[in-house]
Formats: sequence, C-alpha cells, structure tokens
Amino acid sequence: MLSNFIGVLFDGIAYGSLLFLISVGLSVTLGLMNFVNLAHGAFAMLGGYVCVVLMNRLGVPFLLTLPLAFLGGALAGWVLERLLYRRLYQADPLDQVLFSIGLTFMVVAGFTYVWGPTQQPVHLPDWLRGQVGIFGLDVGSYRLFLIGVVIVITAALGWLIERTRFGAQIRASVDNQRAAVGLGINVGRVFSLTFALGSGLAALGGGLGIDVLGLDPTFPIKYMVYFLIVVAVGGAGTIRGPLAAALLLGVFDVAGKYYVPGIGAFVIYVLMVVLLLLYPSGLITRRA
Amino acid sequence: MKPELPSRSFSVAAGLPPPRLPHDRWQPLEVVFWLLPWLAFFLFPGYLVLVSQMMIMGLFALSLDLILGYAGIVSLGHAAFFGLGAYAAGLLAVHGWGEPLSGLLVAAAASALFGFLTSFLVVRGHDLTRLMVTLGIALMLFEVANKAAFITGGVDGLSGVEMWRLLGLFEFDLYGKTAFCYSFAVLFVLFVALRRLVNSPFGLSLRGIREGSARMPAIGADVQWRLVAIYTVAAGVAGVAGALLAQTTQFVGLESLSFNRSAELLIILVLGGTGRLYGALVGAAVFMLAQDRIAGIDPTYWQFWIGLLLVVIVMFGRGGILGGLDKLRARLRPRADAAEGRS
Repeated sequence: MLSNFIGVLFDGIAYGSLLFLISVGLSVTLGLMNFVNLAHGAFAMLGGYVCVVLMNRLGVPFLLTLPLAFLGGALAGWVLERLLYRRLYQADPLDQVLFSIGLTFMVVAGFTYVWGPTQQPVHLPDWLRGQVGIFGLDVGSYRLFLIGVVIVITAALGWLIERTRFGAQIRASVDNQRAAVGLGINVGRVFSLTFALGSGLAALGGGLGIDVLGLDPTFPIKYMVYFLIVVAVGGAGTIRGPLAAALLLGVFDVAGKYYVPGIGAFVIYVLMVVLLLLYPSGLITRRA
Repeated sequence: MKPELPSRSFSVAAGLPPPRLPHDRWQPLEVVFWLLPWLAFFLFPGYLVLVSQMMIMGLFALSLDLILGYAGIVSLGHAAFFGLGAYAAGLLAVHGWGEPLSGLLVAAAASALFGFLTSFLVVRGHDLTRLMVTLGIALMLFEVANKAAFITGGVDGLSGVEMWRLLGLFEFDLYGKTAFCYSFAVLFVLFVALRRLVNSPFGLSLRGIREGSARMPAIGADVQWRLVAIYTVAAGVAGVAGALLAQTTQFVGLESLSFNRSAELLIILVLGGTGRLYGALVGAAVFMLAQDRIAGIDPTYWQFWIGLLLVVIVMFGRGGILGGLDKLRARLRPRADAAEGRS
C-alpha cells in the first residue's frame, strides 16, 4: 500500500515536472507580455514531431534530437513573435485568445495534413526502458530520467534569471516596462528572446513527453487546459509558482486517475476552480 | 438599434458614445432582415434544416453577445449552458414528457439556475481568471455528462427523444417545416426581448461596466449584481438554444458541451461583430453556410480555414462583418452629407 502510494507520487512528480517544463514559457509570456497564448501547446507538439521525424526517418539518436527540438521550437517561436505576436501585445485579451485559437486550429489542421491523425510512435533507447530499483523501490527509468532533466533545466533557468545580465533585464521588464525602457533596456528584444526561450522549452518538453503524454495533432487542444491551469493557478510571471502548481497538478491527476478512475479528469478541474477561488492571482505572486 | 461607432479622439468626453435615450424604433433594414428566413422558406425548401440550425446557432451566439459584447466577460465555456439546456429538454422528452414549449421553459430554468450559481465564481475574477473558470466549469460539466452515461448516453449521445405535436397541432415533420417555424418564432420573440433589454438603462449600464468597471460604482451602479443578472439571462438564453437543437434534431450529442463548441461560438460572434445583436445572427448564418459548403469537401481543411479566418479577423478586421459595413458606411456618409449641403 505504502510503496504503491510512493509509486503514484513518483509518477505524479514526473508528470508534473514535464507539465512544468512545457508551461514555464507560457507563464513568462503571460507575466511579461500579458499575452494569453492558447497556442503554447503547439510549440510543444512541434518539438515532439521534430524528435519523432529525426529519430524515425533520419535515425538520429534520441538524446541528440532533444536539443534540436529545443532549437526548432525556439526558432518557430522567434519567427512567430516577430511576425504576429508582437502586434497584439496591446490588444485586449479577447483578441489574443481568438488569435491563438486560430493559430492552434491552423497548426492542428496542418499537422494532420502532413503526418496524419494517428499517434506517433517513439522508440526510446534501451537504457531508458524498464525499471530501476532505488531505495528498494522499482521506478520507471524513463520517469527518473525525466525528473533529472527537469531538475537540471530548472536550476539552469533559475541561474539565468537570477544571476545573469539577461535575467536581470527580463525581471526589470516584467516589473516595470516603462522604467526598463527608460534605463535603456531593449524591451522588444528581451520579449523576442524570452518568447523564443519559452517556446524552445515547450518544444523540449514536447519531445521528452512523447512517451508520457502521447503525440498526435490534437495535442495542443488536449493539453491546453493543463498548461493554462499550471499558469493560472501558479501565478504568471514567476518560476516557483508554476513549479508548485505543476507538481500539485501532476500528483493529483495521477492519483485521481489511479485511485478514483470513475470520476477521471474531474479531480483536476475541481482542484483548479477551488484554487482559483482561494488564490485569484495565483499561488505565488510576484513581489512588486 | 444603430451601433455607435467608436469615435477615436483625445478628449475623454468626445470618446464616449453620444448621449441619447434608448429608442426601440425598428429600422426598415431590420424588417428586411427578418423577412430573409421566409425567403429561404419559400425559395429553398431543401435548406430548411440548415436555416433552422443557423437560427439556433444565432440564438446561442446572441446569448454570448450579451455577456461578451455588452458586459465584456470573455467566456471560453459558454457551451456548458447550451449543453445543459439540450440535455434538460432531451431527458425530459426521453422520460415521457415531449411537450416542446414546457421543455424549453424547463431547459431555460435549469441553465439559468446553473448560470446564476456559477456567475458568482465568474464575475469576481479578471480576464484570465474568468477565462479559466468558465473553461473549467464547462469541462467539468462535460466530464459529468461523459461519466454519467447511464443518464446521458455518454459519448453515444442521447437518442430516443420523442417530441409531441407543437401546441398540440403541428407535428415535427421530416422536411423540417415545423422545426423551422418553431425556431424562427422562439428566436424572434427572444430577440425582441433582448433588443429591449440592451437598449434599456440596464443595458446601457452594462456597456458602462465594459468600458470602465472601476468607475461604475461611483455613479451608484452595483457592478457585481448587474453582471450576475446578465450572466444568468445569457445562460438561460443559451439553454433555450440548446433545447431547441435537442427538440428539432431529436438527439443530444456529447459534443454540445465540448470546448470546440465554445470556441466555434466565439468565432461566430467575432465573425459577425460583437456588441450589436445582429452580428451574432449574421455571423451564425455566414459561418454555418461556409461550414456546410467547405466541411462537405474536407473537415480538416475546414479547421485550417477557420483558424486562418480568425487570425485575419484579429489582425485586420476588428468588428467583424457588421463592423466592416459600418466603417464602409461611415466612409460614404460624409460625402452624402456634403452633397445634401449640410456637411
């Protein structure tokens, strides 16, 4: 019973850390640019397809496809930000929502056209399959790998934001855009790079998540709610907020599906509405 | 109703819509508009079902216009009320009460009650919170309907909806003549009521809330209760639209509660133009006609074109079809006025 519970907890944490990796970019776009980007999942899906195509068609090893997925997502994000997104920063949320729904629909239809509506297969290398024993517990080695990767990336992200010049520019732009412009920070460039970084991380998460989340063209719509929950519950514009929300969501979702399969996805929706009512501006709010 | 143009100006007072009393006089163009469905009725009897569905979606879009176009609440989960109404009317008919009008009333009451209860969760937040809460509530309802398959039929949908004769006289026929007249009558009656509502002082106060909810309390308007009231009304109207669909098609699908339905509704409303009632109807007609034409060829392409259309509307064509017509008219008007010598 107890080991069972720990197993569920472990799976939940792995799932949650994946959600965090995908959603953290959304949190930054929302906090930094106030942009409600429902198309964020499309970047994650792009990363997943980059991985699958490189692996299955060109025979690139799995680990090497991940940085390429990151680059692909970042490039797509950068181009779209330059061409389309930046025109809508001042628009009202309705316009942004409609625009990003439109973009999502186009991406879903486009991917269905090219790759068909079926699930994409992924062949993990042997050392990532099966189980490993830690402290007398058998855990999935891929999930362990997942958690490890997310810890490393989170640490790197924390270092980037807290310790580097670029991170200071991001923080300054989030806190007060006008003052940041006044200090000579090129806020437009910070926006572009941040958007690209967020899209790249989402793509990386999409590539890592094929085995856990699956990959088919409806991915952006299927998981849109999850990403939005992470950001809305966690509080936009921070890293710790979405991290806490993603882990909470992951654990509750896995536990809900394991212990009370009869009510399925109901658990997380209730959790979301309750948390939003208790903390309307997110679990962890940014210090002004 | 003549929607006022947003006159962009640097003076705050000049930016406000011109002060005028709400007036209810029907324009000739409106009368023509309401005659159009009858043209379809007599000229294209093969399209009666499609036109009925247009009117039902138009009614549904009208209900979203009340909260989005007038009160400024962005909802991603308006299908919750549509589906609830559809299931209420459908279940009533399945369990032996097939009287259409009372079914509509029950559906309206159920949706309005649910709207009233959830409105308190919706009105307190800001845009993102509202978006998430409406989405979450709709998804929850979808899950409930999905899991409670012994009541709702789950993914297979609710079939076996048997309707009695309308008013005890008219049977729902295969060609959809009764369904057409029924949908038209319900849409028209509700439209007249809502037209009166948005032109009333209450409707004006909603626009005030949309433009500046922080200032409305200063002139003595209770923002929260006004939003609760309009949200409840919109939920009830959406429930009637759902019930109409259930009664005329004699089937309720699970997708009537889905996110896609809510998103499609937003598209319809934005396509037609928000905040002007007729936009909802024009948008529904154009959207359903295009869907009928294009989706018949390939559903995947359809989704792509809809997406492209949305992006184009947001980027270039704010205000939708009716907004575009207004701009056109405004551009032609000064010349006409000058010709008459009163510039």
